[in-house]
Amino acid sequence: MPLNSKIPAGELAEKWEKYKSTCKLVNPANKRQLEVIVIGTGLAGASAAASLGELGYKVKTFCFQDSPRRAHSIAAQGGINAAKNYQNDGDSTYRLFYDTVKGGDYRAREANVYRLASVSANIIDQCVAQGVPFAREYGGLLSNRSFGGTQVQRTFYAAGQTGQQLLIGAYQALERQVALGNVKQYSRHEMLDIVMVEGKARGVIVRNLVTGELERHFGHAVLLCSGGYGNVFYLSTNAMGSNVTAAWKAHKKGAFFGNPCFTQIHPTCIPVSGDHQSKLTLMSESLRNDGRIWVPKKQGDTRKANEIPEEERDYYLERRYPAFGNLVPRDVASRAAKERCDAGYGVGASKQAVYLDYASAIERYGKIEANKQGLANADKATIIALGKDVVKEKYGNLFEMYEKITGENPYEVPMRIYPAVHYTMGGIWVDYELQTTVPGLYALGEANFSDHGANRLGASALMQGLADGYFVIPYTLGNNLADDIRTKAIPTDHPAFVAAENEVRERINRLMSIKGTESVESFHKRLGKIMWDKCGMARNAQGLKEAIEEIKALRKEFWSNVRIPGEINEHNPELDKANRVADFLELGELMCIDALNRNESCGGHFREEYQTEDGEALRQDEGYMYVAAWEYKGESQYELHKEDLIYDVVHPTQRSYK
Amino acid sequence: MEHYHMNLTLKVWKQKNRNEKGRFETYQVKNISSEMSFLEMFDVLNEQLIAEGKEPIAFDHDCREGICGMCSMYINGRAHGPWHHTTTCQLHMREYKDGDTIVVEPWRANAFPVIKDLVVDREAFDRIIQAGGYVSVNTGNAVDANAIPIEKHEADESFASAACIGCGACVAACPNASAMLFVSAKVSHLAMLPQGDPERKTRVTNMIQQMDKEGFGSCTNIGACEAECPKGISLENIARLNREYIGSMTAGGSQNSI
Repeated sequence: MPLNSKIPAGELAEKWEKYKSTCKLVNPANKRQLEVIVIGTGLAGASAAASLGELGYKVKTFCFQDSPRRAHSIAAQGGINAAKNYQNDGDSTYRLFYDTVKGGDYRAREANVYRLASVSANIIDQCVAQGVPFAREYGGLLSNRSFGGTQVQRTFYAAGQTGQQLLIGAYQALERQVALGNVKQYSRHEMLDIVMVEGKARGVIVRNLVTGELERHFGHAVLLCSGGYGNVFYLSTNAMGSNVTAAWKAHKKGAFFGNPCFTQIHPTCIPVSGDHQSKLTLMSESLRNDGRIWVPKKQGDTRKANEIPEEERDYYLERRYPAFGNLVPRDVASRAAKERCDAGYGVGASKQAVYLDYASAIERYGKIEANKQGLANADKATIIALGKDVVKEKYGNLFEMYEKITGENPYEVPMRIYPAVHYTMGGIWVDYELQTTVPGLYALGEANFSDHGANRLGASALMQGLADGYFVIPYTLGNNLADDIRTKAIPTDHPAFVAAENEVRERINRLMSIKGTESVESFHKRLGKIMWDKCGMARNAQGLKEAIEEIKALRKEFWSNVRIPGEINEHNPELDKANRVADFLELGELMCIDALNRNESCGGHFREEYQTEDGEALRQDEGYMYVAAWEYKGESQYELHKEDLIYDVVHPTQRSYK
Repeated sequence: MEHYHMNLTLKVWKQKNRNEKGRFETYQVKNISSEMSFLEMFDVLNEQLIAEGKEPIAFDHDCREGICGMCSMYINGRAHGPWHHTTTCQLHMREYKDGDTIVVEPWRANAFPVIKDLVVDREAFDRIIQAGGYVSVNTGNAVDANAIPIEKHEADESFASAACIGCGACVAACPNASAMLFVSAKVSHLAMLPQGDPERKTRVTNMIQQMDKEGFGSCTNIGACEAECPKGISLENIARLNREYIGSMTAGGSQNSI
C-alpha cells in the first residue's frame, strides 16, 4: 500500500491557509449527530475534546487516571515555544519551523512542521484567554526564556510548571464542555481495542478500571491522544501509568507505526540511586540556561565538587560547542554526558553523572541585583545571597524538588545529573490530516510520529499537543466527517463490537490463568534493561540483534510465568499493568527492528557504526531520508513502508552547533 | 548524606471495595534504603506480597514527581506525611529510622468514597470545576496575548493559586472535610485575572453550590488545609473566596473586592 501523506499542493507557507479555506465543513445540525471518541486527556486529548465539543460534536473522553487533569502533560516543566517575536530578537514562523526541522535532524515532514510553527502564536493567545498564568514582566507583558537548540527567546513559561498550567487550562475548557453536555467523560477507563466496521474505526472496547467490566463505545471517529511509550525502558521520566497500549492496539488493527526507534534521552535528569528506583525525575532543560555543565579534568577524581578548582574543571559542552554551549539540543547534550562518563570522568557514587552548576549564575545575578539596588561595593556574601534569591524565583520549585529527592542543597553544591528516557518522537504514522492508515482513526500529540523528526527541541511537545488539539483536528476531522453525515450511529450489539470485546476478554482471561511465579514489575524491569543497554543512547547492529532475541524469549517467559494477583472484576492495578507490559514486550522488539534497519545516526538515534571522527551523528541521507512506517503482519512480523521525505525549502546539512 | 537501611512495621488500611468494611493490616518490610521514596517502599512491600501469594495494596500514584496530584496517603495522621509542601510521592525514607511503625490510611471524607484500600474517588472535584471553574472562551476567540497586560504582582498571585494540584489533601486534613481551600484556589486564580472577570459572580456562586451538594463540610478556620497542602496554597484564598461570595450577592458586586 503506498503511503499518501496528503500534503496539500502549493507554497509551504500557504499550504495550511489554503487547506483551511477549502476543506469540507459539517453543518451544526449534522455535527450534533456525529460522535467522536477521544482516548487520553493530556494536552492533545483535552484540547481536542474541548474544541470539538465547542463545535457541537458529541464527544466521549477516556483516561486511565482518576481525572483528566492528571494526564502526564502536567509534568512538563520548562515551557512552550511560540513564534511571537515579542523579544524582537529575530524570531519568525520560518525560524521556528527551521529550528524544528534542523533540531529533528532532517527527519520530519516540512509541511507539518511549518503548520505547527504557524499556529504556535495562536496557542499562546488561546491559553492566555483561558486564564493560564504565564510568567510576566513588570510592564505586565509576557516573559520569555531561551531553550536548547535555538538562539532566540521564544519560550513562554509558568515558573517550572508550564505543563501543569496549560493542562489545567485545557482541562477547564474540557470540563466546561462536560457541564454543557457536549462531552461525556470517563475516568479510570482504559482502551483495550479498536472496533473496526467495514474497514473503518468505529468504536472502542474499554475496561472500567474500578469494576473490571468491559464496555463498548461507538464513535464515527476515534482520536488517539494517548501519549508516548518511553516506559518501554521501565525507567523514564514518564508517569508510572504512561503506556503504549491504545497505540499498540491501533497498530495491530492496521495503523502503521512510524519511526519507533526515535527516542529522546533527556540530558538533565536526577541520576539513578539504586535498584529500587521506580522512575526518573527530570530537571527542566531551562536549567541549562543559567547552569553550567562540567566534569573534573582528571579521571576518577574523588574530591567533592566544591574542592575542585576552576582550572581543573572541564566545561565540556562549552568546549565542544562554543556557539551553543550549554544550550545544544538534547540529543547532543545527552551523548556528550555519556561520552564523558564512559571515558571515566563521571561524578557521584555511581560515576554515572555530571555536574550542573549554578555557582556562577548565582554570582552573576547577584551582581546585577546589587547594581539594581545601588549597592556599590557589595561584599561577596551579599552578592551570593541576592543571587540566590533571583535563582530561587526562576527555578525555585525545581531546586526544591532536587533537594527532596537527593537530600542535597543545589544552592550550595552543584546538582548531579544524567540522561534519561523522556519522550518518543516515533509514534503512530499519520498523514497531514493526522489520520492514521486506518480510516477514521487519528493520532494527536506525542502518540503520533509527525513533527519532531529524530529529535524534539525543548518546549515543543506542549506546542505540538495543543496545536494538534486546538487548531488542526477541528478542521481535518470535519473534512473527513463531512462524508460520514449519512452514517447512523452503529449499535454496540453489532457483531464487530461483540467480536472485539470477546477478543479482549479472552486475552485478560489468558493473562489471569497463567498463575506463574514472577511479578509483572520484574518482567518490566528486565525488558527495560534490555532496551536501555541495547536500544538506548547508543546502538549497534550486534546489540540490536541480540536484543530482539532476548525480548522474544522474555515475552515467551512472560506469557508462561507471570503472576497476577487478585480478580478480573475488581480494581486490580496489577492486571492493568500486565496488560500494558504485555504490549511493551511487543513494541520493544519493533523498536529494535527499526533501529537495526536504520543504518545511520540521526538525532536521538545513534548507531555507533555511523559517527564522524569527533563522535557526532552521521546521517546517511542517500539511503535513509524516509519515515519508516511499519505494518503489523502477525507476531514478530512487520513490513516496512517508506514515506520519502522531500525537502523543498530547507537544505539538509550536517547539523552543527559549534 | 549518609545512606542507611531500615526495617519497618506498616499498618495499612485494607478495604475490598466501596461497600465492604475495612480494617488495618500489619506488615513488616526489611532492608529499606533511606534513598527510596515512600512509594518505592510500597513497591517493595507489594512485590513481597505478590511473591508470598498475597494481594498487594492498592494505592493511587502516577507522575511520582509531585505534580499530578494522584497520590494520596494519610501517613501517621497527616495528609501526604510529615514533610512540609510535599506530596506522598516526594516523601523519602530518610525521614524514618530503623524500627519505626508507620500507619497509612486513605483520604477520609464522605465526598471521597473509598474504591479500594488507599484509593478514593475524587470525581467530586471534577464536578466542582464543571460548575464554573473556567473562563468561557471557545477555541479561536482569543485576542493577541499581549493585548491583555496584567500587573506582575497580580499574575504571580494568580499563579500561586493556580498551582493547586487537586489532590484533596486539604479535605483529608480538615476535621470537617471541607473543600474550601480547593474551591477558593480556583475562584482566586480566575478572579485575579481580567479574563476571569465577566463570570466572576456566577462562578463563585455555582462552585460553592456544587461543593455543598457533594457533601463537603464547612470551613471553621482551623487552617489544617493550608498546613498540609503540598503546594502551599494559602488560607488567604479562603478569605478571598468569602469576599467574592458576598460580593456576588450584592449589587455592584465583587469588582473591587480583591
